[in-house]
Order: sequence, then C-alpha cells, then structure tokens
Amino acid sequence: MNRQRHWLRPALVALLIGLAIALLATASAGAAESGHVLAALLQWFRDPAQWQGAQGIPLRLAEHVGYVLWSMLMGMAVALPLGIGLGHYGRGGTLAINISNIGRAIPSFGLIILVFLLVGFGIVPILVALTALAIPPMVTNSYVGMRSVEPAIRQAARAMGMTAWQTLWRVELPIALPLVMAGIRTSAVQVVSTATLAAYVGLGGLGRYLIDGLATRELTQVVGGAIVVALLAIVTEAVLAWLQKRIVSAGLIR
Amino acid sequence: MRWSWIGGHADLILAQLGEHVQLTVLALLFGFAIAFPLALAAMRWPRLYQPSLFVTGVLFTIPSLALFILLIPFTGLSKTTSLIGLTLYTLLILFRNTIEGLKGVPHEVREAARAMGYSRARQLFTVELPIALPVIMAGIRIAAVTTIGLVTITALIGQGGLGRLFITGFTLHSPTPLVVGFVLSIVLAVVVDLALVALLGILTPWRRGQAP
Repeated sequence: MNRQRHWLRPALVALLIGLAIALLATASAGAAESGHVLAALLQWFRDPAQWQGAQGIPLRLAEHVGYVLWSMLMGMAVALPLGIGLGHYGRGGTLAINISNIGRAIPSFGLIILVFLLVGFGIVPILVALTALAIPPMVTNSYVGMRSVEPAIRQAARAMGMTAWQTLWRVELPIALPLVMAGIRTSAVQVVSTATLAAYVGLGGLGRYLIDGLATRELTQVVGGAIVVALLAIVTEAVLAWLQKRIVSAGLIR
Repeated sequence: MRWSWIGGHADLILAQLGEHVQLTVLALLFGFAIAFPLALAAMRWPRLYQPSLFVTGVLFTIPSLALFILLIPFTGLSKTTSLIGLTLYTLLILFRNTIEGLKGVPHEVREAARAMGYSRARQLFTVELPIALPVIMAGIRIAAVTTIGLVTITALIGQGGLGRLFITGFTLHSPTPLVVGFVLSIVLAVVVDLALVALLGILTPWRRGQAP
C-alpha cells in the first residue's frame, strides 16, 4: 500500500509548484501592464507556432534536455568513480571535500564564454562548462557517502565471506546511495539552470526564449521561457527525488 | 591576453568589482535578515520548519536567470531586481544552516542554562548562538561564494558587476576582459571565504586550533 503510493507525493508536489509558479508569473506579468502582459502570455502559450517547428517549445525543450543529459552522463562518468573510489579507500579527502567549494567559486557564465572564445562556436563550450559544473557536487557527496559507512558494517560483510567487490557493490554503495543521489540532484538542477546560457553563445535550448527576448525586449517571450525553464528544473528535482525513493533500500529511510 | 587593456581600463574594472562586492554584501545582509528570524521562529514553532524549508528550497531550485526574469515585470531591469533574486537564493542555505547549528546545541547545555535562571533571549544569545556559530558561518560561507558566482548572471539583465566584463569580452571577441572578470570573480570568492573563516576564528576564541 505504502509502497505503491510513493510516486504520488512527489508528483503532487511538482504539480502544485508548477501551478504556483504559473500563477506567480501570470500575476507578475499582470501587475506590469494591467493585464496586457497576462493576456499576451496566455496567447504566447496558446500560439500553435509555440508547439511545433524549429522555434517551438518541444524542440527547445529537447535541445535543453539533450545538453543536460550529455553533460550529466559525462560528469557522472568522471565524478562517481572518483568520489566513490576516494571514499572507499579513504584517500584524498581534502581534495574531495574542497572540490565543491572551488566549483562554486567558478562563474559558469564566464567559463562558457571563455571556452567559446577558445574553441569557437559549437556544442563543445557548453558541454565542457556544464560537465565541469556537474562534477564537484557529485564527487564531494559520493565521497562523504562512502565515508559514512560504518567500519563495523564493512568488516561484518568481509567476515561473512564477501569479496572486496561484493562489499563495495552490495553493502557500501547501497548505504552511500542517499548521499550519492543528493549529489546527482544538486548537479542536475544546476546543470538544467545553467544550460539556459547555451543560448548566449548561439546554441539552442530553452535559454533562446530568455536571451532573444531580452535582446529584443519582448517581455512575453522572456517570461514564458522563464516559466518553462523553472518548471523543468523543478520537475528534474522531483523526478530524481522519486527515483531516489525507489532505489534506496527501505531500511535506510528513516 | 592584452595586458595594455587592463591598464587602460583600470577604472572600469574597479567600478565593476565595487558593484560586485556591493551586490554580494547587500544580498547576504538581506538574506540573513530574513533567514535568521525565520530560523529562530522555526525553532520556536516546529510546525514552521517544513513549509519554510519547502518554500526556500523551491526558490533555490528555480534557475537563476529565470528567477531574475520573473521579477522584471515588477521591478524592471534594475539593481532591485538582481538584489531580490540574489537575496532569495541565499535563503535556503542560511535558513538550513542556522537551524542545523541551533539543533546541534547539546541538550544538557540548554538545560544547564535554564537551570541557572537564564531567560529565553539570554539563553539564545549568550549560550546557543555561540555554540551554533560554526555551522551558521559554514552556511554564510556557502551563501557568499554562491552569490559571488550568481552576481555575474545578472549581467544579462543589465547589472552584473564583474559579469559585465564577460559580456564585454564576448562582444569584442577578446579574451582579456573576460579573463580579468573571471579571475577577479574567483579571487573575490576565495578572499571573502577566507575572511569569513578568519571572522569565525575571532568570534569563537575558545575553538582555536580546531578545523573551521
């Protein structure tokens, strides 16, 4: 019973937040020009041109999700083995802990433009910048997660005849999973947010609405785009939270 | 890199750095002025805790550029817009760490203060807050470094401090202004972080020699 309803709460929460944001945004738009912007915003969302073709929301959304997926996959391929390995062997703690502080200090907007000026137009700048942004939280969290496994549990696993690999896969990782997932969630939300800036260096994604709209002072398009990006970030967080609930052992959930 | 550009634009660079520091400091002050009373209230009335965490969490999840833009209909392309956005971003971290810090105060210490006849306010300010300070300061450090990075994004809505140099570099297709802004932004984050660690050391002399 309880298990079957797990998806319900995150889904409801996501729905409520979405509604709240839409309301806030329309209310804010309405406040500006006595309803004109609100009407324009609804019009913008209803316009069939918004839902098909190269300028449509589905394609922009797909581009955006594409940047996010690639950079998250590359980031995970680097960060998870590194953080889990360092945590398993208990080495390099200073690096693993401090890398997320350093990561926070690097302005991603600057990094994107910097790589753009170095390698020129293309998908490389955005993937490099987003991957670099995704790595630090995942390294730190998976390291801390692995270190939080009590030595007694590890020893018990070994004493029961598990090999080092079995201990890692079947004991340590499941226990570390909540923190590993916390790192993945932090990274994913940041990457969704920052992928908006891809539009600044001439690429696609949902940022196009924001960057183009700001350049041409089209408030409707800007606010409309902002709502879609905000929803995507919140849905990402909600989906990963739901996934975490599904894959973390019930014994670990307090 | 064209070093001559730096010499010729020293005034501009300093002005942007000044604006960057100003936005960061104001956002942190406003953020703390909201998050700290909220945390105290949530300690006093635990029912407030989950809703506060939820609201600040949602604000933190909304992409920064989108959040700034959603404020434009209210406050336009102004410093106020960037300041409100930056402030909202600090809330989750400051709120969570203040709560965690206060929750970390040992029960015996609280009871001892009560038994000695301390009033609620005196207990809070002379006993609980000093003990909670390291965790609260950890939150302020994260908030400060995050804010310094986020300020650069506000360049897209016409503010931005050092972020304006990124745009200059992009427009001129010249790495020099960009690298200057990039390096200064990182240096600023490191300096502020170290300054906050030093401040914590001064405020908690009994912890000398321990990790911050």
